[in-house]
Amino acid sequence: MAPKKRSLTYEFTKGLVKENPVLRLLLGTCPTLAVTTSTKNGLGMGLAATFVLVGSNLIVSLLRKSIPDKVRIPAFITVIAGFVSIVQMLMQAYLPELNKSLGIFIPLITVNCIILARAEMFASKNAVLPSVIDGLGMGVGFTAALFLMGSIREVLGNGTFLDIPLPALQAGGWIEPMIIMILPPGGFFVFGFLIALANKLSEQMDKKKDKGVKDPLAEQIVGAVNEASACAMCGACSVGTKYRETHGFKDAADDDAETKKGDKA
Amino acid sequence: MKELLVILFSAILVDNFVLSRFLGICPFLGVSKNVKTAMGMSMAVIIVMVISSALTWPVQFYILYPRNLGYLQTGVFIVIIAALVQIIETFLRKSIPALYRALGIYLPLITTNCAVLGVTILNVDSQYTFVESITHAAGAGLGFMLALFLFSGVRAKVDRADVPKFMKGLPITLVSAGLVSISFFGFKGLIEKLFG
Repeated sequence: MAPKKRSLTYEFTKGLVKENPVLRLLLGTCPTLAVTTSTKNGLGMGLAATFVLVGSNLIVSLLRKSIPDKVRIPAFITVIAGFVSIVQMLMQAYLPELNKSLGIFIPLITVNCIILARAEMFASKNAVLPSVIDGLGMGVGFTAALFLMGSIREVLGNGTFLDIPLPALQAGGWIEPMIIMILPPGGFFVFGFLIALANKLSEQMDKKKDKGVKDPLAEQIVGAVNEASACAMCGACSVGTKYRETHGFKDAADDDAETKKGDKA
Repeated sequence: MKELLVILFSAILVDNFVLSRFLGICPFLGVSKNVKTAMGMSMAVIIVMVISSALTWPVQFYILYPRNLGYLQTGVFIVIIAALVQIIETFLRKSIPALYRALGIYLPLITTNCAVLGVTILNVDSQYTFVESITHAAGAGLGFMLALFLFSGVRAKVDRADVPKFMKGLPITLVSAGLVSISFFGFKGLIEKLFG
């Protein structure tokens, strides 16, 4: 179990807790908030995204030497879109009900930050097997987070769990169902508190033992997240930062826009 | 005309893309730190949304559907959006450098903004006509701008507030986003009252 350098076990388990894509790296916030109105939807979304993650990591890793650096992002997106179409068609055929309730968020897996970020940060730099394991770990981590969100919102908001009614939480029980939990604001609330909890837990874990293996990239991202810059795409992830570097923008987008605003008029 | 107004205002207020449909949460949380960046990002989003809707609608209804290629939608749309963003960027850099300096940094981030792909797919799913699609896209963009504008104001206050340590940063930001989202519930009856 002890990760010698970076074992396969490590690649898998890091996605579950330490680098959980949703709660630690804060990637893919849109589906996390939108589809978790019930446990089933959260689970379905998580599994669909896992399939796309594993598939795209596999292909990107296989092609990592033949994709020119300059067009890699469009190339990755095209690979991802291919897998998303496969998921879409499979769900239309076999799970029409789930497909309907997830709706637009199935095609939107294409632009889910998690998948592009893993392709860019991991699969394009690593061999096939670790990449697939990484995709699987991240996917399971994503699914677990969505399952958790969905369960909390369904239990509190609807008084059911996986569509099974919980009498104590139904109208007339101990607590009335809080409809707000399955409405959009409830998504924001539950997500906010879960992140706070995750931050608290990881802080305590770090205090107990200094981790031997550290992923500098993940540290960087988590650092950026703590400064509340939210999505990786906007700050820490390749697209934004690389772009700013190559185009000579100063590091802080905020200052830049402010100083340049003057000569626009 | 009435239908267009209904589409426009429900996209801005009732089905607000950010606060009710949860599209474009990343930029919503990422660039809402101050009003100026929020406005720059929203302007770029509005432009890209409207143009990409104008491009993807004919592609879907005149190329993909007649040939039974509906399943290619996702792939084709994202490629169109990515190419469009690239073209707009190049065009702005060469022709309108001042505008490029103001919006340039936001453009590449827009390709992976789910609100843009979302609006093009919603246009098709809702069976909108061409004009309705453009209106919907404009409304979605304006709604995005409204949410970002309002929230950047809220955030300026929240960032200075004294919150418990474990809630600092993103958690408190999300909770306040939830409160802003509640305030948008107030618009639910508005459309029916006005146009119903």
